[in-house]
Amino acid sequence: MTAVVAGADVRPLRRSRRRWTGWMFVGPFMLVFALVFLAPIAYSLYLSVFRTQMVGGTTFVGLENYAQALADPQFWDGLGRVTLFLLVQVPIMLGIALLVALAIDSGRLYGKSFFRISIFLPYAVPAVVAALMWGFMYGTRFGLVGNLNEALGVSLPDPLSPDLVLASIGNIVTWEFVGYNMLIFYSALRVVPHSLYEAAEIDGAGQWRVVTAIKLPAIRGALVIATIFSIIGSFQLFNEPSILQSLAPNAITTSYTPNLYAYSLSFSGQQYNYSATVAIIMGLITMVIAYVVQLRGMRKEP
Amino acid sequence: MSTLTAAPARPAPRLRTPRHRSVARPRRSALLTVLTTVVLVYSLVPLAWLLINATKTQEDLFSSFGLWFGDSFSLWDNVVTTLTYDDGVFVRWFGNTVLYVVVGAGGATFLAILGGYALAKFDFPGKRGVFAVVIGAVAVPGTALAVPTFLMFSQLGLTNTPWAVIIPSLISPFGLYLMWTFAAEAVPGELLEAARIDGAGEFRTFFRVSLPLLAPGIVTVLLFTMVATWNNYFLPLIMLRDSSWYPLTLGLNAWNAQAATAGGEAIFNLVITGSLLTILPLVAAFLLLQRYWQSGLAAGSVKE
Repeated sequence: MTAVVAGADVRPLRRSRRRWTGWMFVGPFMLVFALVFLAPIAYSLYLSVFRTQMVGGTTFVGLENYAQALADPQFWDGLGRVTLFLLVQVPIMLGIALLVALAIDSGRLYGKSFFRISIFLPYAVPAVVAALMWGFMYGTRFGLVGNLNEALGVSLPDPLSPDLVLASIGNIVTWEFVGYNMLIFYSALRVVPHSLYEAAEIDGAGQWRVVTAIKLPAIRGALVIATIFSIIGSFQLFNEPSILQSLAPNAITTSYTPNLYAYSLSFSGQQYNYSATVAIIMGLITMVIAYVVQLRGMRKEP
Repeated sequence: MSTLTAAPARPAPRLRTPRHRSVARPRRSALLTVLTTVVLVYSLVPLAWLLINATKTQEDLFSSFGLWFGDSFSLWDNVVTTLTYDDGVFVRWFGNTVLYVVVGAGGATFLAILGGYALAKFDFPGKRGVFAVVIGAVAVPGTALAVPTFLMFSQLGLTNTPWAVIIPSLISPFGLYLMWTFAAEAVPGELLEAARIDGAGEFRTFFRVSLPLLAPGIVTVLLFTMVATWNNYFLPLIMLRDSSWYPLTLGLNAWNAQAATAGGEAIFNLVITGSLLTILPLVAAFLLLQRYWQSGLAAGSVKE
């Protein structure tokens, strides 16, 4: 941006020529973006106001699909489940990630780069492999749970039973993303000016005070971004329940999460219009919550 | 990583009082190390489980303790069987995944570099609009897009072809954001202006002057788009019917589901060994390139 301003001062003619140059660079991205983001969004809005029936073909129904979704107990069940997931799993995951990031950043660990890279590694594991792996470990047949039952002569609760499967999924997601979030926090902590710590120490502030008064406010942006990504991730929960479904068919129904519901409606039920409606409602809810979190998070302290 | 860890220590020699040294090099804490080790163990135990169980035969999987080796050591047998089972379909899936990663993640990185550079270094009509639209789109859930994308692609005759997986992978809003913040820091405006005064065209300036400066950011974006495409499950799941176009993730899930289908042969040892082979390339890439992507990430967060 400075380049353009400086150029304009010296030779105004070049400015108009360069005005559109930016588009030559951003154009290819926007072209594909329009094809794979904007067009599908527009198309699903279009789909959501029609209904296709065996008899009568496709008819315009206005907002009837939306009314149907809002009165659909399966949709509300799924939404309630991911909301519970969001409220419990996200704080645990981000809390652990933040503590580890602070511990590594404090420089008080032995072998900190080993910690950093090892805790990050699960992020490189595909969700499919993570879910399969944990699914096997949860198993009472040749899993660790089965081993423990046998070795200790106890019978631990089955992690894949209907009561516990949500917590088990939460554990898989936490395992996958603690390291990723830790790295986001750690990267933000690295660029906090060290003169601030020195000033605080001269003022006699303890370690804990430095954390709450300097470090956390300084990485507020990273905290908000990680929270928003986690909210989006929770509401989109699909891969883990979808893969565990073959191991726990009774616990995970086809409408276990809204995403799974939309998928089943489309690809097992051929109800494309209704499926698009469910997806749009979830998209709207996600955007509203992400926006509120961003507004609250970015607001300056009074 | 050496450049980063060295940086904070640099001001120390000027004022070498004990107080200052405690900021630059705090004393080690055993308690903190132990607490962080708990998280470390949590992170690594499942990977250890995978490694150990990849050495077991199907029978040993059921009869031996999960976190220790079985009676036989059949890692090599498992690897060979994984690679040759069903006429080497695993190798085919591996090749498909590489194709999706090279074209999809490579293309996504290229588009993100160009776009991020434009947002950081040019003023153009509609720039604010571009930014608002891209940021807003990040919040749209994958399924809101998946169904209509599937229907659109099926009308274009693209479903069940590699293009159905590759084209949506080409867009990485996170990559664009990362390149934008990185380019704003890493490419000085004066340098571009100097190149322009010398009469270099914009693209020549980009390839000769800017691209080398963007290298750490490029490696970071490339690694993250690689992970996204390598690990992609949802998109190929809806787009592909023909298992010969499956990526590894779908293939492994198909093998796992095989045990549940009537008359299907249970091949859990191959699922486990296949999982291990699937994660090895990415783990290796992250370990080998950590210097680059960690400095890229650190620079990316400057702007927040």
